[in-house]
Amino acid sequence: MSACICNNVRSICARSSKRYGWRNATRYYTSTAAHTLKVAERIKQTRSQALLGGGQKRIDTQHKKGKLTARERITLFCDVESFVEYDMFMEHTCTDFGMEKQKFPGDSVITGHGLVNGRPVYVFSQDFTVFGGSLSSVHAKKICKIMDQAILVGAPIVGLNDSGGARIQEGVASLAGYADIFQRNVLASGVVPQISLIMGPCAGGAVYSPAITDFTFMVEDTSYLFYYRPRRSKAAEVSATIRTISVTNEDVSQQELGGAKTHTSISGVAHNSFNNDVDALLQLRNFMGFLPSQISFLLLSENAAIRGKHNLDVPALDTVIPPSTTTPYDMLDVVLSIVDERDFFEIMPKYGKNMIIGFGRMNGRTVGIVGNQPKVAAGCLDINASVKAARFVRFCDAFNIPIITLVDVPGFLPGVTQEHSGIIRHGAKLLYAYAEATVPKLTVITRKGYGGAYDVMSSKHLRGDINYAWPSAEVAVMGAKGAVTILYRGKPDMDEREAEYIDKFGSPFPAAQRGFIDDIIEPRTTRWRLCRDLDLLETKKLNNPPRKHGNIPL
Amino acid sequence: MDAIRQTGAEAVHPGYGFLSENAAFVEMLEDETVAFIGPSARAITGMGDKLESKRLATAAGVNTIPGFDGIVKDADHCVEISRSIGYPVMIKASAGGGGKGMRIARNDNDAREGFKLSSQEALSSFGDSRMLVEKFIDNPRHIEIQVLGDKQGNVIYLNERECSIQRRNQKVIEEAPSMFLDEKTRQTMGEQAVSLCKKLGYHSAGTVEFLVDENRNFYFLEMNTRLQVEHPITECITGVDLVQQMIRIAKGHELRIKQEDVKINGWAIESRVYAEDPYKNFGLPSIGRLYKYIEPTHLPGVRCDSGIEEGSEISVYYDPMICKLVCYGKDRREAIERSIRALDSYVIRGVTNNIPLLRDILTEERFNKGEISTNYLPRVYPEGFKGLKLSEDDKHKLLAMASAIFAANALRSRNFLNAPKHQIHGSRLDRWKLYVELGEEKTKLSILQTNGQFMVTVNDKVYNIEKEDINLAKPLLEVRVNDEVNVIQLFSRNASGEYQIIYHGTNYKLYILSQRSADYLHLMPEKLKVDVSKQIKSPMPGLVKTVNCEVGDVVAEGQELCVIEAMKMQNSMVATTTGTIKSININPGDTISDEDVLIELA
Repeated sequence: MSACICNNVRSICARSSKRYGWRNATRYYTSTAAHTLKVAERIKQTRSQALLGGGQKRIDTQHKKGKLTARERITLFCDVESFVEYDMFMEHTCTDFGMEKQKFPGDSVITGHGLVNGRPVYVFSQDFTVFGGSLSSVHAKKICKIMDQAILVGAPIVGLNDSGGARIQEGVASLAGYADIFQRNVLASGVVPQISLIMGPCAGGAVYSPAITDFTFMVEDTSYLFYYRPRRSKAAEVSATIRTISVTNEDVSQQELGGAKTHTSISGVAHNSFNNDVDALLQLRNFMGFLPSQISFLLLSENAAIRGKHNLDVPALDTVIPPSTTTPYDMLDVVLSIVDERDFFEIMPKYGKNMIIGFGRMNGRTVGIVGNQPKVAAGCLDINASVKAARFVRFCDAFNIPIITLVDVPGFLPGVTQEHSGIIRHGAKLLYAYAEATVPKLTVITRKGYGGAYDVMSSKHLRGDINYAWPSAEVAVMGAKGAVTILYRGKPDMDEREAEYIDKFGSPFPAAQRGFIDDIIEPRTTRWRLCRDLDLLETKKLNNPPRKHGNIPL
Repeated sequence: MDAIRQTGAEAVHPGYGFLSENAAFVEMLEDETVAFIGPSARAITGMGDKLESKRLATAAGVNTIPGFDGIVKDADHCVEISRSIGYPVMIKASAGGGGKGMRIARNDNDAREGFKLSSQEALSSFGDSRMLVEKFIDNPRHIEIQVLGDKQGNVIYLNERECSIQRRNQKVIEEAPSMFLDEKTRQTMGEQAVSLCKKLGYHSAGTVEFLVDENRNFYFLEMNTRLQVEHPITECITGVDLVQQMIRIAKGHELRIKQEDVKINGWAIESRVYAEDPYKNFGLPSIGRLYKYIEPTHLPGVRCDSGIEEGSEISVYYDPMICKLVCYGKDRREAIERSIRALDSYVIRGVTNNIPLLRDILTEERFNKGEISTNYLPRVYPEGFKGLKLSEDDKHKLLAMASAIFAANALRSRNFLNAPKHQIHGSRLDRWKLYVELGEEKTKLSILQTNGQFMVTVNDKVYNIEKEDINLAKPLLEVRVNDEVNVIQLFSRNASGEYQIIYHGTNYKLYILSQRSADYLHLMPEKLKVDVSKQIKSPMPGLVKTVNCEVGDVVAEGQELCVIEAMKMQNSMVATTTGTIKSININPGDTISDEDVLIELA
């Protein structure tokens, strides 16, 4: 990329000297020619200066931290020589605190568009070597420009974040810049996919842009996200890494407060993390392959030749469910056996682990997969799992990605903590998301479908298009033991009555007899049936009543 | 017995499991007048006892290991006995065990010296200096004779099986016939086996096991009064269906096959495919669910006997055998080649298996020359099995094929069905510069896409790979490299560039990046490594038998901390360093998985 730009500059210079150099010039011509040459020289110089960002010394420091520079990141993320840069010549406008003497062409962010596997994508990459990547009004304008264009064109927006925060010297102008970005994040939401990759610090107001984007990924050890930056303090001098949050006087390390591990496993702010910059950018390229550029289906072409034969049984699915109904199993075994080539991009694998969400392909077509994970907390729905899945379902619906739901849910998690923390309104989010979704919705009940959680998990009643049950499925208000305790409190022969209840509801029959399940299928046939149904449902048309927007219980 | 009553079975074939040599079971069947497809209870009991079977064998004129039944008086006596047995001899302590007080003597001097040293050692170790002498069999081979007898007293032998390749007394690879036996030895061994059966009044199928020394002297070991696991190789070369014959005999029919009808046609090799990690002690059990399982039965001359299928669970509770892979060819060469091809084409996913070891043995020089014995594995792999060392050319071929997979994936990533061609921008992809890590080795190579081929250049050598042979969805690929077919299996790949490819039976981990990504690798921070010497990890899945330490205990390096058991095997876990026990994460009776941290040291 850089070579290409230099070549251009060289060719301009060569041309101008050819055109004017040989003339026996008048003074006028000489001065114009000299001016043109000067401008050409200045363009060339400014470009090469812009390519260096904050200078070699800062680049070396960036490298020493184990981080790539903003440009190197773009080079790795985009296809070879596909990046087209905007606003290389923009400079900050601040005149206070001696800032007028420190200017860098392009300021602290690189923006433009490039290709990822041949598809256009808009990218901004914050340059930590220039004022610590801090956000000036110009920085924000550059980002807003590409965001506006991305919405017009219909191409994803990818942000590579590495910024110390607001440009303090610019004061309120910097804050305005953040808000301009937030506004565009919101307008772009549901129009084009927006992805943030946190590759360094991202603190203060800046965090809300990634928070609004559809997916936030982080680089392990070298990135962090937090609203309040903990500062060095006397109390925390015992260790080099420990800082203090001045307001609350809590001692904590930056990584502990807002590192990749924290956000992928505790807070649920980030959707996954990767080893290092190179790994993260490669993974992000791969991830882009699952996403549509805008609201349209995506199909990989070579499905017939390269992808697996989709009409074959998968015998391995027959043995996933253990014979005993209380024994846990790994729902990922089911997921990996139904998607193409066992290629599954899991979202939030370390957070709310009783729920699996992620992208796969079925016969080449991108699908969103939502599944209860019986291996963790029996696969019950709790606050984290509900919120995690709800946002994912809404993303899929927004971008016309069909949703496949694998159900083995014993109910919502009981307990004071859950109730007091609002399992009712958080659980409602998932219910709302499924009920609102108009994309093809395919459901497979592998084992338990109990209580309200059964309704929530893409049931027929919430406009599920195709609902299957495996022979091991049991749809009931609750487990037999609980049901019998309520029905026959204090009566003798509880075991007998429990057996009776199991006999009545411990099978897919009651649901199938009422048409809540379209068919009871052999597990081994699941994959090809789902592929067939997705083909059929490609032309599905369903619209919700017109309105300004619904009111999801947030 | 319940199963028999419920099904109303008229006869029972016990297979080769725990019921097959259980005389009590046979008696119970006799009481219920259900036929037992196997020998009589008397024969089972007779051969079940080591001393008794040796006595019967001697009486039937079968060669047994010569030895002196009494106590050796002194060094001279030792020499005298040794001479009468014939060198080499084994001098061992009567109270001995564990190799202590044991000496091999190959001449008079050895015998004299050996007696002296061993008896001293025995005295200090066991407080008992009494010594025994018996024939020492150098590098013995394990060769067994298959016999078949009817209730009318006719007995025939169906030639031999060579089962010398063993680990911990368990057979790994068997073949029939043996390269080592000449016609005369074969006949003598066969006749002795028949004579033993006649003496016993044996009917049904049975196997007489012999140890054979380097001079083709053979000695009776024991008799197995059942069908052996490795019986299919005998069936292959003789054309006799042993199970059918057993059923006929149980019914009381007379043998139709005469000794002169039994011929040797071709060569058969059985490779036992186990769910085991061959890199640990030639095979420690492993467990898992077979999420993909395809037997190579599409190949000619391949028979797979297995009790599992795709989706089966291999657990700690049963034998870890996945399959008996039997390959048949017109001669040994062909049988070996077919075995190799079959192992390469065997798709097993979800559980670690011993195919790398099996395949390596089949290509190993000494095995191919037939220079094998029961000490084969420790001799060929004195450091344990470390995996196949690929030749330079094979290594380059692997790199070339892996790179072709990378390129095929890169090409496919740009193809979208519903995105019109003009929506896919950028230059056509037709050349790549790649960086590949295989183990410690880092290679730079280039690929060019030409007409239907990938042209890979590795170290100035060019490999042309047919594009249509690269399929990312198929578990098994037959890839033409320079017009020569190579069988590989794409085990796994991910977007980070980690590829696992099975080639020549071994699973190779490769790290493939475009050169421009690799250029930045040196800037990436090293991941902190956890000090594993302070952690005692489980080498295999199993059950915790005992825990021999407590938190706070000071333990020495090598001290036993706990014992885990898997598939009838006990494994002692020792401290890897001296230290204090920080935490114990297990209790006796716990089920543990591979790589679980059991105990941590401070």
